Amino acid sequence: MRPNALWLLAMALVPTAWGQPHRVVDATGKEVVVSSTQRIVSLDGITTEILFALGVGNQVVGRDDSSYYPPEVLRLPSVGYQFRLSAEGILSLRPTLVIGREDVRPPQVVEQLRAAGVTVVLVPTEPTVQGAEAKIRVVAQAVGRQARGEELVRSLERDLLALEAFKAQRAPKGRLRALFLYMRGPQTLFVCGEGATPVGMMVLAGLENAARGIRECQPMTAESVVASQPDVLVTFKKGLDSIGGLPGLLRLPGIAQTPAGQKGKVVAMDDLYLGSFGPRAGKAALDLFRAAYLQEGFVEVVP
Amino acid sequence: MISTTIPHHLRRYRKALFSLALLLPFALLLGLALGAYSIPPLAIPQILLRGEGLEYQVLTALRLPRVLGAALVGSLLALAGAVLQGLFRNPLVDPGLIGVSSGAALGAAIFIVLLPGAGPLEAYALPLFAFLGGVLATQVLWWIARTPMGTQVLVLLLSGIALNALVGAAIGLLTFLATEEQLRSLTFWTLGGFSAVTWTTLLSGLPLAFLAWALLLPLTRPLNALVLGEREAFHLGADLEALKRRAVAGAAFGVGVAGGPAGGVGFIGLVAPHLFRLLAGPDHRYLLTGSALLGASLAVLADLLARTVAAPAEVPVGVVTALLGGPFFLYLVLRYKREVYRA
Repeated sequence: MRPNALWLLAMALVPTAWGQPHRVVDATGKEVVVSSTQRIVSLDGITTEILFALGVGNQVVGRDDSSYYPPEVLRLPSVGYQFRLSAEGILSLRPTLVIGREDVRPPQVVEQLRAAGVTVVLVPTEPTVQGAEAKIRVVAQAVGRQARGEELVRSLERDLLALEAFKAQRAPKGRLRALFLYMRGPQTLFVCGEGATPVGMMVLAGLENAARGIRECQPMTAESVVASQPDVLVTFKKGLDSIGGLPGLLRLPGIAQTPAGQKGKVVAMDDLYLGSFGPRAGKAALDLFRAAYLQEGFVEVVP
Repeated sequence: MISTTIPHHLRRYRKALFSLALLLPFALLLGLALGAYSIPPLAIPQILLRGEGLEYQVLTALRLPRVLGAALVGSLLALAGAVLQGLFRNPLVDPGLIGVSSGAALGAAIFIVLLPGAGPLEAYALPLFAFLGGVLATQVLWWIARTPMGTQVLVLLLSGIALNALVGAAIGLLTFLATEEQLRSLTFWTLGGFSAVTWTTLLSGLPLAFLAWALLLPLTRPLNALVLGEREAFHLGADLEALKRRAVAGAAFGVGVAGGPAGGVGFIGLVAPHLFRLLAGPDHRYLLTGSALLGASLAVLADLLARTVAAPAEVPVGVVTALLGGPFFLYLVLRYKREVYRA
């Protein structure tokens, strides 16, 4: 009798843990009701990171190609790149909740998933501290972990306070001008400005954006690089690798004619860490501040 | 002697057409039965009868429109390729030569780069822009190639090359203006894929597909006459101006409407007519229908591969058609060359 009673109790508790529907207003402004978070497919790297930070990583059953942190997600099957998805591939993982950026492609996939009865939550992507907090809160609400989500937001705010304190303490004389370069091989070179996530991170780290008047990312021209006169170049780690590391970067036209190029002052940072404004945004900005202001020459920031 | 050889050739054509007519439903069934979401093929009738559930959704809302869309696109590309190869009397002609493919790419590029953030409209506006781009480019080409003495096929061909270069430059300019993210959308569009095909996109494309079929399929006899040369065809009573107009318009509609939802799926328009010629022969009475059937099956099978090899992720279908179609085509050409030398 006793084991039976325990079993009944357990069965009664399971629905309270998993079965309760959560309500969340997602990036589209509409309310989405999430009835089960047992099988989550995440279509975005930073969303995956937040899900694991919220403690529901064991319920994630699929990811996209941009999800590689924490490392254990690499064991999960990938449904491809977040801007080239297919509904059937996602459905084959039998998700109860699909969560991704508000600009997933093709947009039909979201309709197709919803038509198949799968809950889809779209996460906002604004590259600011407020954006990072909104991201965390939307994901936390979607999986019913509001309390843990608020903890993450508070820890992010603590990191930001620490960053401000550190910045004030080590107050640099005059701000450094930083230029963010997005690179995917020597033929695909972009300069990023306002509205680009890594640039938002640079500004948070107390660096001045050297690419004035550029929205998002634009093809890089040697003269615009020279004209912007950056003191420091910031890149994604994968981007720097794609052009043959630091020597390859310094060989690019225009780079040698800048203060940053002459001093070899380059900061390479992990793509997700620098480029996604998530729970680690405060730590990433602090690391970037340290690398830019307190260290000389080439610095590779490993999270 | 003669009375026995002609039926023999006819038999070969009929046999080829008959097997292709069997291949298409087989390919469609295979495409419907297999996919990233594993459904036991034998359970499909039961699932369809039940009429509800996730498996039913996958079959009817995702796979069925996708498989049919691939067949539609493949048949249109192949048919347009066959007709244009006949019109230009050149087996190397691809539907892209009359500007429709690059025009469609330009339409898509304009939409992606110059009208960003159209958001929910994108699902319907992008195919529409691609279609309009394709048809407009062909229309411009037609104006250029028209002379008071009629349309000269050679001028059409040459201006097609020039127009393609011009449109290519415009696309280049747009890629230069594009942000990094738009660039990725654009590259993905040009590689092609059927994952965005829904019932709505399929049904909205269907009337134009019917129009293209209706324009192109009846061109068999004038195209056969044209094999002898323009003057000879004229003396045989073929209305060449009407033929050219219909062929170019039909191909533009067909390829334009195919390019909308699928992006740039290359190679099928070139390969399918060739395969049919190698299988059966060059008689347009059979070639047009045969190419359309073959193109449909090829597209469905290429799409099946594209969405299963890397499941649950997906490979661009343009990559599959080129990777598999290219070597196979080369093999056939080499075999054909050996036969010619031996003879």
